[in-house]
Amino acid sequence: MTTQLQGADIGQRLQGAFPNAVTAWGDDEVRVQSDTIVEICQYLKDTPDLKMDYLSSITGVDYVESFEVVYHLTSLTHNHSLVLKTTLYGRDDVALPSVIGVCKGAGLQERHVWDLIGIGFTGHPNMKRILTWEGFPGHPLRKDHLGG
Amino acid sequence: MALPSESITINLGPQHPSTHGVFRLRVTLDGEVIQDIEPIFGYLHRGTEKLAEERSYTQIVTLTDRLDYTSSMINNQAYVLATEKLAGLEVPERGQYLRVLTAELQRVASHLMGIGFFLQDLGAMGTPLMYCFRERERILDLFEMVCGARVTVSYMRPGGVNQDPPPEFWPGLKELLSDLPHYIDELERLINENEIVLARTKGIGVLSRELAIDSSISGPNLRASGVAWDLRKADPYDVYDRMDFDIPVGSNGDSYDRFLVRVMEIHQSLRIVEQCSKDIPDGPVRADVPYFFRPPAGDAYAHVEASKGELGFYLVSDDGIAPYRCKIRAPSFINLTALTEMLLGWKVADLMVIFGSLDVNMGEVDR
Repeated sequence: MTTQLQGADIGQRLQGAFPNAVTAWGDDEVRVQSDTIVEICQYLKDTPDLKMDYLSSITGVDYVESFEVVYHLTSLTHNHSLVLKTTLYGRDDVALPSVIGVCKGAGLQERHVWDLIGIGFTGHPNMKRILTWEGFPGHPLRKDHLGG
Repeated sequence: MALPSESITINLGPQHPSTHGVFRLRVTLDGEVIQDIEPIFGYLHRGTEKLAEERSYTQIVTLTDRLDYTSSMINNQAYVLATEKLAGLEVPERGQYLRVLTAELQRVASHLMGIGFFLQDLGAMGTPLMYCFRERERILDLFEMVCGARVTVSYMRPGGVNQDPPPEFWPGLKELLSDLPHYIDELERLINENEIVLARTKGIGVLSRELAIDSSISGPNLRASGVAWDLRKADPYDVYDRMDFDIPVGSNGDSYDRFLVRVMEIHQSLRIVEQCSKDIPDGPVRADVPYFFRPPAGDAYAHVEASKGELGFYLVSDDGIAPYRCKIRAPSFINLTALTEMLLGWKVADLMVIFGSLDVNMGEVDR
């Protein structure tokens, strides 16, 4: 069975390595500051006993007052997984660094989040729409798209 | 005298017999050699994730059928597992066995289709495709017995499956299990050592192990590159932890390995179906779940080993009858991450082979 890493354990370890990055933790999730996401993902990938080398999924959620980006990370070597969440505020020009440098698998997924939810990923080499066409008005999965 | 030359950009698709659906690829060529590609997605985008926000949890099952439409049972399974995780539902044992049984039959049907079309793309002009489809028809007949539909099955529900299979299902299944392995052996004898298949797929489109893991590739494509990662073994769900089966793993990561892994997986799936049909207990097939139910506020991610790779559903509940957010982690979409690296330097004819060996389904890529 894939072990769900405990939020408290990982949260405390990350807090030790990156003092201001961790904002909270739950049972199986850790919340981090959006501008620290690249260092955190790199640390999780490089640390031998964590070795989170596989990015299962990046999701964007529109909570109206904020946006949330959820990263599901897995380690193929140790067979454990972790949920990383980061919150972004604002409605226009919302962005956070791209983790494509850590894991190429973020390439298409970040474009998908940009296209449908409108969260930009700085440093992505091809930040273009992917499922809708260039010139499509707005971001369809937003709660206020076309009047909501 | 040096002749002046320039690259040419051609457009492949979206209507094309070998693009496995509506997929567009702008290819920059130097003669026949691919210099650059630009994939263009979205021709089958139907807004499934947005539609899911307006439908109750039970209704969304019908939306999941239409994601990877060659693999409907498994899509259902991934989704209902996520709903059950979110709502804390328990599935009765018979329901779990039926899920595993139908999901593995679906995997066989999907792989037969993938293999058939792969051979079609190589230029085999229909005969191997029809051989594969002839056997797939028998599986679809069984699905029709179980739930009334051949392709868009909507068989599973949060809490179990829709109904118990009728009495004529079990003898039909037994006949299938006695015939199909020999039939697949015959297909292997015809194809595996075929000169043309070997010449056109061996060493073509190699996906290295490191690139596969880094690009979040999953499913047979990942296993063909030498990574023994199968969610049915690594993170079992339903009754997969009781099943005895092997995971075929390739060594070269070329198109031939991707094709062969799928053929061998069919054998393993039939082993699982055999075990399910022997060990299935009696009992209810679904937990008592109301049609409209409200999972407590929170989120859950559940994933399964679909025929194309890791299919995951991330559901967020706000205590309503419909999810606040339903995100679909589609394996075919993410398996295309490494497409550029896999295609550069090969010829246009190899493009069909490599793309066919990835076995993507546009319903899933675009959602």
